[in-house]
Amino acid sequence: MYKSAISESSIFAVVRIHYFYSEIIRTILIMMELIKQPWHWLAGGIMVGLTVPALLLLGNKKFGISSSLRDICAMCIPADIPFFKYDWKKKVWNLFFVAGILIGGFIANRFLQNPNDMVIAQKTQAILFQYGVKDFTGLMPADIFSWHNLFTLKGFIFFVAGGFLVGFGTRYAGGCTSGHSIMGLSNLQWPSLVATMAFMAGGFISANFLLPVIFKLIQ
Amino acid sequence: MKNIKYLVVGIFFGIVFVKAEIISWFRIQEMFQLTSFHMYGVIGTAVVVGMISVFLIKKFNIKTFSGEAITFEDKKFNKGQIIGGLIFGVGWAITGACPGPLFAQIGSGFGVVSITLLSAIAGTWVYGKVSHKIGPENE
Repeated sequence: MYKSAISESSIFAVVRIHYFYSEIIRTILIMMELIKQPWHWLAGGIMVGLTVPALLLLGNKKFGISSSLRDICAMCIPADIPFFKYDWKKKVWNLFFVAGILIGGFIANRFLQNPNDMVIAQKTQAILFQYGVKDFTGLMPADIFSWHNLFTLKGFIFFVAGGFLVGFGTRYAGGCTSGHSIMGLSNLQWPSLVATMAFMAGGFISANFLLPVIFKLIQ
Repeated sequence: MKNIKYLVVGIFFGIVFVKAEIISWFRIQEMFQLTSFHMYGVIGTAVVVGMISVFLIKKFNIKTFSGEAITFEDKKFNKGQIIGGLIFGVGWAITGACPGPLFAQIGSGFGVVSITLLSAIAGTWVYGKVSHKIGPENE
């Protein structure tokens, strides 16, 4: 009788433990489903903002991604240019950081992908459709950002020319959205506010006046 | 390796970039066409969180985890912030990416963006080549 009481309670224990674990697994699955949804801007903004103290606390590092492009130049193709003659090894942390961003992009796409199509503002969709953009399902328009456009005028403008302007402009400005708009403004630097306004002005001109012409050219 | 921690922060950051759709060319178009609040919300919130963090670090003289002092440098104004800023802005709307998202776009399967990245590196290099003529060192 004593024996059967033990086995009975141990069965209850097993059932309880099983229930406990299935609850944990269920919670994890629910959270994964939540993470897979596109995040609200507030969540995204808080996380991006937290990168500032994270880098400062980890090693007095300043958030600024475009510097990594300069470090890559200094490391690979310094070509005796004074601008690239500095000890890039001291800034190698930034290369680890951007390598991480690339891996993070891979993980998010591979394991946390949004199961639904992207939700894009109707007005923007209508404008872009007029320009000839037809695919609105992914994060990027597949009609532009594909390998088969590489050796076309479209590819030249969107990849080669666009990329060049980003690299040249950020270095001339001494920083990009991270270095000026987030780190610089966080530290109340007025030159960063000037830079941010210039970024936005350039973007407005480009998106509203230049892109319509570009799309006409490549059609 | 003491730099692994930055790789980890980068991975975390890359996931945020994709999941908050900051790397999306469409979101950048919406921002510049003023048809969605999303990107303004992200950047605005990030600035507020960053400002509070920097304020607290300065106010309480907080040190790094290893006990080092945290330092801040003032940015000097020069015309590059306007001219370079405008040039970058034009490129931002075309590529749909600032330098950070370029890396995340490549990772999330848009391999052709590696050409954009190479071109951005070339742009940085050309700036370095001419910086003694147009840059702040010249003023």
